[in-house]
Amino acid sequence: MNQIKNFTKGLLRENPILVLVLGTCPTLGVTSSAANGLGMGLATTFVLAMSNLVISLVKDQIPDKVRIPSFIVIIAAFVTVVELVMQAYTPGLFKSLGIFIPLIVVNCIVLGRAEAFASKNGPLSSIVDGLGMGLGFTGALVVLGSIRELLGSGTLFNIRLYPENYTTLLFVLAPGAFIVLGYMIAMVQKINKAKK
Amino acid sequence: MKQRESTFTNMVVVLLVVTLVSGALLGFVHQMTGEAIEQARSKAQSDAIASVLPSFDELAPSIKILPEEGADSVEIFPAYSAGKVVGYAVKSYSFNGFSGFISVMAGVDTLGNFTGYEVLEHKETPGLGSKMGAWFKNSEKEGQCVIGKNPASANFTVRKDGGDIDAITASTITSRAFLEALRRAHQSVTLLRENSPDEKMPLPAAGPTGMPQ
Repeated sequence: MNQIKNFTKGLLRENPILVLVLGTCPTLGVTSSAANGLGMGLATTFVLAMSNLVISLVKDQIPDKVRIPSFIVIIAAFVTVVELVMQAYTPGLFKSLGIFIPLIVVNCIVLGRAEAFASKNGPLSSIVDGLGMGLGFTGALVVLGSIRELLGSGTLFNIRLYPENYTTLLFVLAPGAFIVLGYMIAMVQKINKAKK
Repeated sequence: MKQRESTFTNMVVVLLVVTLVSGALLGFVHQMTGEAIEQARSKAQSDAIASVLPSFDELAPSIKILPEEGADSVEIFPAYSAGKVVGYAVKSYSFNGFSGFISVMAGVDTLGNFTGYEVLEHKETPGLGSKMGAWFKNSEKEGQCVIGKNPASANFTVRKDGGDIDAITASTITSRAFLEALRRAHQSVTLLRENSPDEKMPLPAAGPTGMPQ
């Protein structure tokens, strides 16, 4: 398998949020600020890479009928590790991401890649796929978070760029998130079509 | 290698092994991070106490007070400067946040005015309720700032409920809960001061309502 193509597919061609449209729940919830989007994306990338690796290594040992529960336990264990480490060493980020960290377990991207890829491919390909998807996810989160933060709060990575009076509350709330995400999906569709 | 067959024994054994190994890994990480988490928590607490009070040179051991019957206790840290009380840092709470529990460290001076606050823990919506960290301290907006105000003299609820404080835009529930936590802090300090004078309190051999013996 061409590992370069395997890695880059997660960035744009098969971007998990913008093309596969997986994991929209945390996407919309976490992107009220760019920094939150970045933190969440990196935490998810770690979980994706590690769970893809482990699942790819043990895939032959797990009977087909119990594969979903087994995958979920493995994913949940890694997410809890991330949560404990963040609580201990990055308390500020932990406080702002709050409830969204445990929600990584049910992020469809993680289980989706485990089912669709890691359970059918070797460890190297799986870890590369996890990293590519994770970074594509992170990129989309940062862009979405930046747009929402800029239009909704007037700041970018907490640096104020224009006075609060001119901000549009809509973009901090869910409907604004849907609207921006919709436009982003449309733009990526156009880019992907043009490339063909 | 052919995949393991889905026999009953295989399924049970594999699930058992997966959960055992995961449990062991988590136990290990929990132990490794336990101390750092505790340190981060107590540092956040002492930073909060320092930031909500005017300058002091001594902090008395904390006292637990029951603000109302049947409710959880509140922890008060009296602060002294040259042997006299200058204020109280109160670790107060509310369970009525939009997503439940909110923990706030509030600074109350000897006249009952708020000198500052820090939000310690919450699960409120990022970008909305989470604004309470800065909203109620905004000295440029008199209507929403709680610093210097006193629940005994001002109506300490949101304007929607007939009070004097401006709630966070689109986050009334969080605002109500936050103000509840602050009222609870004020109430506890009032209770404490009714029962003991300003002099240094003896080391706590406190009864259930926190009254020194």
